[in-house]
Amino acid sequence: MKTVQGISLDYYIWLSAALFTIGVLGVLYRRNSIIIFMCIELMLNAVNLLLVAFASYYQDPQGQVFVFFIMAVAAAEVAVGLAILVLMHMNTKSIDIKVLNRLKW
Amino acid sequence: MVNSELIIALIPLLPLIGFLLISLFVNRISKSLASLIATGSVLVSFLLAVIIFIKLIGLPVDQRVIQVNIFNWISVEDFSAKISFLIDPLSSLMLLIITGVGFLIHVYSIGYMHNDEASNRFFSYLNLFVFFMLLLVMGSNYLLLFVGWEGVGLCSYLLIGFWFKNKEYTYAANKAFIMNRIGDLGLIVGVILIFIHFGSIEYSSVLQAVSKQGGSEILTLITILLFVGAMGKSAQIPLYTWLPDAMAGPTPVSALIHAATMVTAGIYMVARNNILYTLSPISLNLILIVGLITALFAATIALTQNDIKKVLAYSTVSQLGLMFVALGVGAYSTGIFHMTTHAFFKALLFLAAGSVIHGMQGEQDIRNMGGLRKYLPITFYVFFIGVLAISGIPPFAGFFSKDEILAKAFEHSPVVYGLALLTSLLTVFYMFRLLFLTFFGNARATEEVKHHIHESPKSMTIPLIVLAILSLVGGWIGIPEVLGGSNQVGEFLDPVFTSSQVLLSEHALSRSTEIILMSVVVVSTLILIGVAYSIYVSKNTVPQKENSTLSPFHTLLYNKYYIDELYDSVIVKPLKKIAKVFYRLIEKSGIDFMVNTFGNSIVSGSKFARLLQAGDIAFYIFAMVIGIIVLIATGGLMK
Amino acid sequence: MLSQYLFYFLSFLAVISALLVVFSKSSVQSVLWLIVTLFAISGHYIFLLNAEFLGVVQVIVYAGAIMVLFLFVIMFLNLNQEVEAHKPAVLKFAATISSGLLLIIIIGSLKGSEQLGTHVGSNDFSSIKNLGRVLFKEFLFPFEVSSVLLLIAMVGAVMLGKSEKEG
Repeated sequence: MKTVQGISLDYYIWLSAALFTIGVLGVLYRRNSIIIFMCIELMLNAVNLLLVAFASYYQDPQGQVFVFFIMAVAAAEVAVGLAILVLMHMNTKSIDIKVLNRLKW
Repeated sequence: MVNSELIIALIPLLPLIGFLLISLFVNRISKSLASLIATGSVLVSFLLAVIIFIKLIGLPVDQRVIQVNIFNWISVEDFSAKISFLIDPLSSLMLLIITGVGFLIHVYSIGYMHNDEASNRFFSYLNLFVFFMLLLVMGSNYLLLFVGWEGVGLCSYLLIGFWFKNKEYTYAANKAFIMNRIGDLGLIVGVILIFIHFGSIEYSSVLQAVSKQGGSEILTLITILLFVGAMGKSAQIPLYTWLPDAMAGPTPVSALIHAATMVTAGIYMVARNNILYTLSPISLNLILIVGLITALFAATIALTQNDIKKVLAYSTVSQLGLMFVALGVGAYSTGIFHMTTHAFFKALLFLAAGSVIHGMQGEQDIRNMGGLRKYLPITFYVFFIGVLAISGIPPFAGFFSKDEILAKAFEHSPVVYGLALLTSLLTVFYMFRLLFLTFFGNARATEEVKHHIHESPKSMTIPLIVLAILSLVGGWIGIPEVLGGSNQVGEFLDPVFTSSQVLLSEHALSRSTEIILMSVVVVSTLILIGVAYSIYVSKNTVPQKENSTLSPFHTLLYNKYYIDELYDSVIVKPLKKIAKVFYRLIEKSGIDFMVNTFGNSIVSGSKFARLLQAGDIAFYIFAMVIGIIVLIATGGLMK
Repeated sequence: MLSQYLFYFLSFLAVISALLVVFSKSSVQSVLWLIVTLFAISGHYIFLLNAEFLGVVQVIVYAGAIMVLFLFVIMFLNLNQEVEAHKPAVLKFAATISSGLLLIIIIGSLKGSEQLGTHVGSNDFSSIKNLGRVLFKEFLFPFEVSSVLLLIAMVGAVMLGKSEKEG
């Protein structure tokens, strides 16, 4: 069993799975699109955590570099996503996800 | 031999290049340039063919085979087909005929088609035809033969339907195409059987294998199937009805394709495979019988036709039948010899007829002609020479080849001889009838037409004169020994037929018999000419108008034995009825029903599935999560 | 032993605050709890996983920049007072069930994956020096592309944020 500082890799798998699932739960549970957005960030962080954990256990710097890129992409995504949310609120005076019901056909 | 390889490759390539040039720039180049390209490419091909011919003559008799491999075309497991050309006495003779006569007809077409707005298209088709015909005779395997075979069929279709604005003409083109297709099916099945049986489609290896194996039932089947192809292409019973209708095309086409070259492809094919046929006597007898019946049948029909081109067409069918008779009795070189002379005089006759039609403003009915001797002197003389040649008057070309066929037929059996003689006498009669009705007697044309009758331009008359000379001297290459000649054409072709001749016991006729036969033919021919003269010139008989009553036999002949009607009621109409039943049963309630049901179910299904797309993002995400769960779960279960 | 206690503490903190992100009533509170989660994860990075550089970047980028952006948007749009409509109970129940299923399946599918990789690096693999070498050698092109991506995102955000009347 591989460990880093006495902690098994399994623990990190469980932890990040739990955080990821909480993110999914939030996306399914709430209607506030800002909360949903934050839950997506949470999911990203769960994945990041797992990547870093694997990188440490295999002592492979590439995992960490990957996390670095994910952060960069997340930053970009948040900037654009929040701009869209602002625009949506300006147009509909609401950020309820129910309002976004024109995604058909 | 690099030099001659290049030359051989260029022979078919030049007309192809000509075709590409003209057809790619069909609207950009002037008529004169197009005709120059077309005629020039065929002329150069002809000159190259002459060079090759001279080279071939220069070789020792038993080495007169040049095979040129251009490239490997198809190579799949144990099947391989090469693009390669085989030059031997047979194919080089064919080359000379195709390019030589082809060139003359190209020149003639310049004059004949100069008023037609689509003459560029005409020349491109003509060049394409020459290319395919050369491919057909030069190819060294059955696949190339087949490619050429289909190619000339296509060109024939295009050229018969050249004036496609006339519905009748396009029907004639369709008829020719479909009739040929029936024959081609036989040919391709035969070629496939050859490959299955011999494991190769190269002539050389097949011929070797055959010489070793000898005859067999499968060989008989193969040869009969190949002959079915020949029936279609060379217009033999029962697939001959397309040829008379094919006269819808421009007259040079009739001369080139439907008299001199394409229709002789069947003769060439049988001669090329002579050893196969020699080893299967059944097929040989079939060829003989079909040839005889066709010859006689078509000759009788020709007696009553009133369209100048139709008469010539039936005459072609009949002459092709005679050639098959020659092949059928095993006299392959005789068949080829007659094919050669026939190419000269029948092309001449067609072109002269074209000149008449040209002069008569498109009139084709001989009842409206007569007395044209004064108006079209050159045409008259060359037509007269053609008629003499086809009738077998010595020393014209037809005499020698026809006489040889009759002699060979006599060797085979007197019955065959009798029927062949009858055919040739009928030929004499209807050809002179045609000549007399067209050029002698009173001019029956209307005054207006008469006013416009004019001799054709030089580009038309010069080819006619050249062909007339050829019709006179063309037979001299095969003067039989009895008359002091040496039958050069027979000797030249001998290497191709050596293995067959070993098998066919040859019992030459005695000199006296041969001379007697000849004199019988000549005397009876002269008598018949006299009869025809008395009927059509002295008594001035003119065939009656359409709706007048005729004797029953005459009616039968005039309506071509009702063969077209017979085919129509026996084959076409039942097929149409079956097609109607199939249309209702299978097409409508089967296929259409199935397809429509599919379509309807998808339409109604999507009406339902559309409801899923409510546009609610929350629902989409939910569905996505469920999908991910299912995906991962199945992925885990698969492990 | 100390590190194990630290792991349990940080993990507990991360999970609890993550749950609070989902379940807290006001958006601002959610944001604050998310910051706590991010800090806990960054603690994992720094103290337990030898990823000091990423831990620092995590704090700067996520806690520092992104969450501030969230907070700013929420305050800018004055969303905190808004009474958020909630989904019906059935849907909430279904959401819980399906995320529970997802958890089980993810853990099940990740089980045994620790044996998949191979041990590659030396002890100082996660030093900033080493990371920089990897980043600027092997991943130089993606690195440059990501800078272009950020530029595009910036331009895109500005374009979207501009009011349409001016455009």
